[in-house]
Parts: sequence; C-alpha cells; structure tokens
Amino acid sequence: MQALDDLKVEATTAIESAEDTATLEKLRVDLLGKKGRVTALLKSLGQLDATERPKVGAEINAVKQVLSELITERKDSLQRAAIAQQLESETLDVTLSGRRQDLGALHPITRTIERMTEFFSGLGFEVVEGPEIEDDYHNFEALNIPAHHPARAMHDTFYIDETHVLRTHTSGVQVRTMEAREPPLRVICPGRVYRCDSDLTHSPMFHQVEGLLIDEGVSFGQLKGIIQDFLHAFFEQDALAVRFRPSYFPFTEPSAEVDIQCVKCAGEGCRICSGTGWLEVMGCGMVHPRVLEMSGVDTERFQGFAFGMGVERLAMLRYGIGDLRLNFENDLRFLAQFR
Amino acid sequence: MILSENWLREWVNPDLDSEALAHCLTMAGLEVDAVTPLAEGLSGVVIAEIVSAEPHPDADKLRVCSVNTGSETVQIVCGAPNASAGLKAPLAQPGATLPGGIKIKKAKLRGIESQGMLCSGAELQLSDDHDGLLALASDAPVGTPIEVYLDLDDRLIEIGLTPNRADCLSILGVARDLAVATGAGFGAPPSEVVTPAITDTFPVEVLASAQCARYLGRVIRNVDISTPTPLYIGERLRRAGIRSIDAVVDITNYVMLELGQPLHAFDLDALEGGIRVRQAESGERITLLDGEERALSDGTLVIADHKKALAMAGIMGGEGSGIGAHTAHLFLEAAFFSPELMAGRARQYGLHTDASHRYERGVDPELAYRAIERATQLLLDCVGGEAGPVTDVSSPADLPVHEPVTVRAAAIQQMLGIDIPAEEVTRIFSGLGFAVEVAADEATWSCTAPSWRFDMGREADLIEEIARIYGYDNIPVEPLRGAGSASAIAESKTPQTLLKQRLIARGFSEAITFSFVSPEQQRLIDPEIDPIALQNPISSDLAVMRTSLIPGLLSAAAHNVNRQQTRVRLFETGLRFLPDESLQQTPMLALLMCGSRLPEGWSAKTEPVDFYDLKGEVEALLGAADQPLTFRPMVRPGLHDGQTAEVRLGEQVIGVMGRLHPNAAKQLDLPDQTFVAELDLTAIADRSIPDYQEISRFPEVRRDLALIVKAETSASDVLDCARAAAGSSLADALIFDVYEGEGVAENEKSLAIGLTFREQSRTLTDEEINLSLSQVVESLGEKLGVKLRH
Repeated sequence: MQALDDLKVEATTAIESAEDTATLEKLRVDLLGKKGRVTALLKSLGQLDATERPKVGAEINAVKQVLSELITERKDSLQRAAIAQQLESETLDVTLSGRRQDLGALHPITRTIERMTEFFSGLGFEVVEGPEIEDDYHNFEALNIPAHHPARAMHDTFYIDETHVLRTHTSGVQVRTMEAREPPLRVICPGRVYRCDSDLTHSPMFHQVEGLLIDEGVSFGQLKGIIQDFLHAFFEQDALAVRFRPSYFPFTEPSAEVDIQCVKCAGEGCRICSGTGWLEVMGCGMVHPRVLEMSGVDTERFQGFAFGMGVERLAMLRYGIGDLRLNFENDLRFLAQFR
Repeated sequence: MILSENWLREWVNPDLDSEALAHCLTMAGLEVDAVTPLAEGLSGVVIAEIVSAEPHPDADKLRVCSVNTGSETVQIVCGAPNASAGLKAPLAQPGATLPGGIKIKKAKLRGIESQGMLCSGAELQLSDDHDGLLALASDAPVGTPIEVYLDLDDRLIEIGLTPNRADCLSILGVARDLAVATGAGFGAPPSEVVTPAITDTFPVEVLASAQCARYLGRVIRNVDISTPTPLYIGERLRRAGIRSIDAVVDITNYVMLELGQPLHAFDLDALEGGIRVRQAESGERITLLDGEERALSDGTLVIADHKKALAMAGIMGGEGSGIGAHTAHLFLEAAFFSPELMAGRARQYGLHTDASHRYERGVDPELAYRAIERATQLLLDCVGGEAGPVTDVSSPADLPVHEPVTVRAAAIQQMLGIDIPAEEVTRIFSGLGFAVEVAADEATWSCTAPSWRFDMGREADLIEEIARIYGYDNIPVEPLRGAGSASAIAESKTPQTLLKQRLIARGFSEAITFSFVSPEQQRLIDPEIDPIALQNPISSDLAVMRTSLIPGLLSAAAHNVNRQQTRVRLFETGLRFLPDESLQQTPMLALLMCGSRLPEGWSAKTEPVDFYDLKGEVEALLGAADQPLTFRPMVRPGLHDGQTAEVRLGEQVIGVMGRLHPNAAKQLDLPDQTFVAELDLTAIADRSIPDYQEISRFPEVRRDLALIVKAETSASDVLDCARAAAGSSLADALIFDVYEGEGVAENEKSLAIGLTFREQSRTLTDEEINLSLSQVVESLGEKLGVKLRH
C-alpha cells in the first residue's frame, strides 16, 4: 500500500522535525485525530475486499501505533529539553549570601549561669531569686556577721541607708528560703551582687551562684563530692584536680576555699594562676549551726552545706576572657562570640 | 602578714623544703599567697669600707674611692652622695651578680677605672632606696659576703590570714599551727622574767575595765636611745615591711611580730601624774603620731595621764608622749582591749594600724605578761637601763571566759563523714593549746580553748579545727544521699530562658549593664523620679540605682555605634529600683533597636528600623499572652512625642515603647531612629495554657475592602469597628495597605482591609458573606465616617 508507506515516511519526518509541543499536537490531530489521515485510511477499509481487510487493517494499525509512539517520544524529548532550558536559565550563584536575619547572642554570664543551674537542677536543686537591695539582717546578721564584725571588712559594701545595702552576696536568698520553708531544702541562687571595689580584677557589680542543701545526714564529704562533680562537669574535664583548703566564712564551719588545677597551663604555672598552678574558684562549707538556728532550722536533726561561686571568674576561665570589664561593655563583637 | 622563713624555722623546723612548708600552711588554713626569695641571684658582694673618697677629675657628681675589701684595697668610682671615708657598704666585685641577673665587670667611668660597684639597697633588692649606698653598721665585718652578714638566704612567706585567726598574726602563732600540722617539735625561744633592778613604778588607773581588762606597765630608767637597733631586729622588721624608727620602737614592733602582742613605749618624762585608761571626753582632741589632730568621739578609749589623752587605745600613740631623741626613761605598756570595743573603731577614724588590726581580731589576754618581759629583756640588752617591777591592773571578771566545749566522736563522724582516731583528735586539740579531758570511752572530749582563740564557742567550731589539721584532703568524697523534691513546673509562666532564646532568634543580643547609673542618665528617661542614691558610690557615674533599664541600653548602644556597628539590637533583663517605702525592685525587660532593619547585603535595601519594627518584636514576644495586647499613644520624657505608646495587656499597663527623643539621640550620639521598649518581665511571662479548639474542615473566604478614612482615625478603631459589625463568622481582620498622598484628600488616608470568614460546621454562602460585608461598610460609615474607595 504505497499511500500508507508514503504517509508513514512523511509523518515520521514531520514528527521528528517538530520543534515545539504545539506543532506536535497539530500533527497528532492531523494524523491520528478523528479526521486525521490515518484515521481516514482506517475508515476507507470498508471499501476493500473482505479478504484484504484484515491484512491492510493490521498494516494501518501498525503505522498508527508507530506514529503514536513517535509523537509521545518526541513530546517527552521536547518537554525534557524545555525543563533543561528552564533550569539552565534559572541557575543562581549559590555562593551569594542568603537573606539573613542573624542570631543574637546570650551574654556569656547568662550562658554560664544557665549551665550552672542546669547541673544543679539535675540534682534536685530549685532556682530561687531575691531582692538586690537587701536589709542588713539578711545580708549580714542572719549569716552570723554582726555589726563591726571584721568579716564585714571583707565585703566592701554599698549602703543605701542605715538598714539597707546592695547585697554583697546572694546568701540572703538562702536565709529567706530557710525562713519560708521547712527542710529538706535544695536551692540554687543566681544573681547580681555588689561590692564597692573597682579595678582590673574587681567590678562593682558581678554575679554569683550560690547553693544550699539542708537535709539529714549531710557531711563535708558530700559537699566535697558535689563540688568536685560540678567542677568536672563545668569544665568537661573528669581528671581536673580539685582541692579544698581550710578558710573562714562566718556563715559556714568548716569552711573551704576550692582551687582547681589551672585550666590554662594544667598546673604547670602560668600568668593566669600567678605561677601557682592553682586557681581559686569558689568557697563552701557546712552551714554554721548558728545560721541554721537563726532561721529556725532544727540543728539536732538537720545539717547543711552551702557553696558560692563567682560567675564572671568561671566564665572567663571557661571561655578565655582576659579582661573582666569586657563583660559589662556589651560590645556586639564580644557578644557575637557566644551565639 | 609577711614573715621570714628563717625566723619561723627558729621556732619550728619541719623536714620540708620551702615549697612544701608553704603548702602545709595553706592546707592548714593559713593561706600562703606568695613565697619570695630574698635577694635571689646575689653573689660576689662583700662588705667593704671606704678608706678615702676624692672628687673625680672629669665629673662633678662622681667620686673616686679607695675601698678596703678585707683582702686588698681597690679603686671604685661611685656617684652616691653618701660615699665618704669611713662608710661601710656592700661592694659588688668584678664577677659578682646582683639580683635580677646584672653581672659586674671592671669598667672605666669618665676615663677612670672602677674595680666593681658600691651598691644601694635597691640594687641588692633589699629596699626601695636608690639615693645612696646601703650604709652598714660600723662593726660590720669587712670582707664578709653580704648574704652571710644579712642572712639573705631566706624567703618571705606572705600569708593571707582570715579574720578569725588573729592568733596567727605572729611567728608564735604560725609556728604553733605548723607544729601541730606537721608533728614537728615546737620550740619557743626561752622567755625569762626580768628581775627588777629598781623599785620605780608609775601609777595606773583603769576607769574602763570592761574595755581594758588588763593593763601592764613598767618603768625602765636610764636608757641610751642613741643605741642603734640590732641588725637582726632591723632586718626582720624590714622583711615584715615595718620601717625602723629607733631601737625602742623597733623592739616593741619586733615583739609584736614575734608574739602578737602590740606594745607601746612612752617617754616617762612626758607623762604627768599617772596613767588613766578611760573613755574619751566629749570634745576631746588628740594629735596622733601621724601628725594629724582628731576629734575623739564617744566610745573611744584613750590612754591618758592626769592632764591629757596620750594615745588612742590599741590604735595609735599620740604626739608628744612617744619616744624621741632625748628620751631617757621609758614607760612600757602591754594591754588587753576587748575585740568588741575595738571592732570598727580604727576605721571610724580612717586608720588601720598593726595594733588595731590585731586588737580588733583579738589579742591573747594572757600574752601581755610574756610580751612585756620579752620586750624588757631585749631593751635592756640593747639600750641598757634598769627596769622596775611590772604594774598589773587586771579585772578578771572582764576577761574573756572560755567554757569547756564537749565534742562528740559521733558529731565528728557526722559532720565530716569519716572516723578520725581518738588519739589523733586528742593530739590535735592538745597541740592547738586546748585543755583536753578525754572521756573514758574515748567518745567525747571536753575541751577548753586556749586564751588566744576567740572563735571556739561550740562543737562545730572545734570540729572545724579537727578537719583543718587532719587535712581536708584526707576527708573522702561521699555521694549525696536523698533526692530533691521535684517541684511543679508552672506552665502558665514562660520560662525566662525561653523568652531570651526567642529574642536571640530574632537577632537581639543580651546586654548586662550596671544597676547603678549616673544621675544624668537617669534624668533623661525618668526626670520626675528622684532615684535611690548610694551613700558611698564608687564614682559619680554610678551613683543612683536605675529606675529604668533604658539608660543602660542606650549607653551600650552608643558604645557599639561608636565602634562602627551599623545594626544594634540589644536586650537586658534585670531589676529596676523605685524609691518608695518598700524599695520596690521590679524585674523588667528592655529592648533597643537602631541602625538598619536587616543585616546589610545584596538582597535588601539598607533601611533604618522604624517604630513598627520594634512594635512587631513586642507583639511577637507577647504572642502567647493570655490577654489582649493593646498600644495607646502616650508622651514620656526622653521619648518622641508622636512615636511612643503605652503597652497594655488587658487593662494592665505593662510597659512603654517608642522612639528616642531627637534631643536625647543627639546628646548620646545615637542614630535619630533609635527605638526602645521596657516591659514588666513578670507580666510578659504570663501565658495561657493551650486549650485546643477544633480546626474547621470548611473553606474560608477572604474579602478585601478599600476604605477612605479620616487621617486622625486610628487603625485599631477601624478594625475594632469592622470586627464588631462583621458577625460571628469573621475569623480574622487585618489592614494590608495604608496610603496617603496623590489621589487621596489631604485630611484623609486610604486603608485596605482584609476580612476572612469561616464557620466551624458549614460552608458559608455568598449571601451570608455579602450581608456581613454590607454591615461592616454601614457601621464604619456611621461610626467613623468611613467611605468605600472607588
């Protein structure tokens, strides 16, 4: 059937040279549509001899099948090319910076306080806060520091009036907690404290985290344990040497200063530790029975320990901050390092 | 306190090197701050005598000295003003090294050879004196190495004593603790009682025995005040940082360092009638040895004679009655003043002396006897004279009483978590000077504190002594017992850590500023509040308690703007302090924004932040609030009159936000567009606990209206009116465009509002929505004169 063969050749060429899907669609309609040329050939089968019909019909259907596949194939190919072209034309410079909304940063002091309270919260300590303008009783008297006690000279106190001071430590919060609640108690008191002293290593305002535990059967050995665990966790060094040195605080007895092996030189001796290999990081002790009594705790049944640390000191050691004053300048170039 | 290691070792000499000895003291509670070798690296310096000193031919200030080194006579060129014949001084010979590593060689000075260098005290690091040669005593043995003569192979031990350990403000006290801590023998140099050579006494009356329970005095006649201080005494005083005055004063100071008892020597001829220890009289004045006259206040104890106050008791002697060049006879005093009386007294006069430091912490009341004998002996040996008997005025009833304290083995075990052998407990108490009685079962001790301890009133005090000497290092670590009680977590409060994290995610950095500010900063924001002032501010910049957190943030922003930061977003949390009866201390949150809205980049225009940027932050922060958040215009000092709003949560005013007043911005060198907010932190943290509402399965319909509104009508009025009129199907209403300018009349503005309708249980019909819309338009027109824009 010459006409069929010619049609196949002609249509194949047309399909393969179609440059867009619209042309292709028009070809499909022209060839295979209801009024299309292949369809017309099929319709003309009726005019043929009944014996020839099946053979010719099969031939036409075969051509129809081939053309239909060709059209689909060509269409896919054109679509792929179109997508490829779209992708190409939409290619970006991925190295250009994104549309940013930069993160701010938590102050290293807050970050440090959060790490500290997180550790102690895990041991059942509850965070409590209190006033920064504190009365003389809670800042001194109730902590076994009566007026004119030489220990008051250790606290360079800012005075508001005769009976109020800017708290020199957060211990007053512990007193308030003992007054308000019954033991057993586990509290941790972070906050701002004030001392009338300002030089390279002293800021008139700084931060402390203090802890208090009151329970039955509390011992100095337990205090040593919790402090050692804390310091190991804080510096993430399980082998960090920690030592307890006898000291004196009016509100604890026995009292200890806690030193750690210098984190800068690992105990070799350097500028940070003044060549001693040790860094003083906190104070602690068994709560003085008089302090417990004044706050109404039954000292026959309960004992307690307390500890306190300077947040700036520990933050500066942890992060290698060399100058105390940086903590209060709020320079964004400083803060941004603590994101 | 600084003490000489060699001196300490005369009293107790444990088999430890300097470093181990210092560690031992530290671990016994006497913290060693520093151990400093004396004149480290010194060698080749000998005692030499200047035989003659002639002017240098070519230099006005130099002299050419002929110097005897003991083995030869050498020529030394020297510029010291006191270089003269007969002077004995240290000579660094060629090959010598000085502390600090300087090597001495032969040299020519202006053409004349110098075979070494005569040295000043500073060159040997023995004093700060650069001005002349270190003048040595006339009997100093020529040719002897200086380090041998001055016992320079010594170290200075600096101990930072805690205020409860006044008993260790002496060689005696430190030696006692060191002995018991190391188990080494404790050998106090023999102390003899001086037999009086004369019978002279001087009358003593104590009119304030409660404050002065013991006063010892002794007359010593015919002393030779011109006698120089013995070398070893002068050296030991110098090493302790005490200046040499004269032999008598030096000896009283020496005994104070050795035993801990402050002593005072009067010029007997300057005293009239007798000694009276009494309270200062009202209006009485005294000129002290520092040359300053002071008005004495009530409660100050004085040592007086029958005419006048001679000394401020336990603090400082007075001018006119002290030892001088013409003193021939002495009256030596050793007293006990009660620590309660002395506490804070010296500081009240701006004074702090070696005596007051000891007395206010507590001096052993029994020590006066030993000290006055020791001082007398040293004085007689040095300045000669004859001593009278000791006059002792004591009031036993006023002396501190030490009751026995019972210490239970069980309490030691409980407190320290360890069993300490009974014999060790006994050894420690005895070694520290307690009178100890051990119970038969060795389970309790009855201990009476020695007279030099003032802090041993109860069992815990004594257990601390056991722990300290036994060694904290020897107390094993124990696990914590029991568990903390889990407390309820209040979900209706946003945790502060979460609030801060949200701010950080939105680009704010946390500032921490001082709680005290300058009065000027405070006035800028709260001029109508008279702030709480500190009585003793550290500087005028930090003189008043902040009434707002805004001034601190403004300073922090200025710091950053001055350092080329173009985009500043800061927040701070903390207390503000309001000056009312109850000294209100309220936790606040403050925010500050200035500079560009977005970080600079290729994708955004650099635009400064505006009011709505900060308002957006406040709205986001309070997104979980349990009450409606509203903003109302307000005027506030320091802020822009037209861009400031009061922030309300429900009916409660929780803060303020707005633009910094242009004048303030200029004054602080901040950008014109600087925005601040301050909010009550407690109020912000309140949030509602989520109460789930069913999500509608039916579609929502959005309709927009373009409105012409009077210029002064507020957006919230329009939205409130629309919401009220739209009916219950309204799910949301918002303004999505605001326009003023061309096409809109001068006194009007155009608002585009979007209304979203939705029902929980059905699909809304067009008719229903149209009805709602027409109600909205009608109500807006009636109530606010709003027209539809065509």
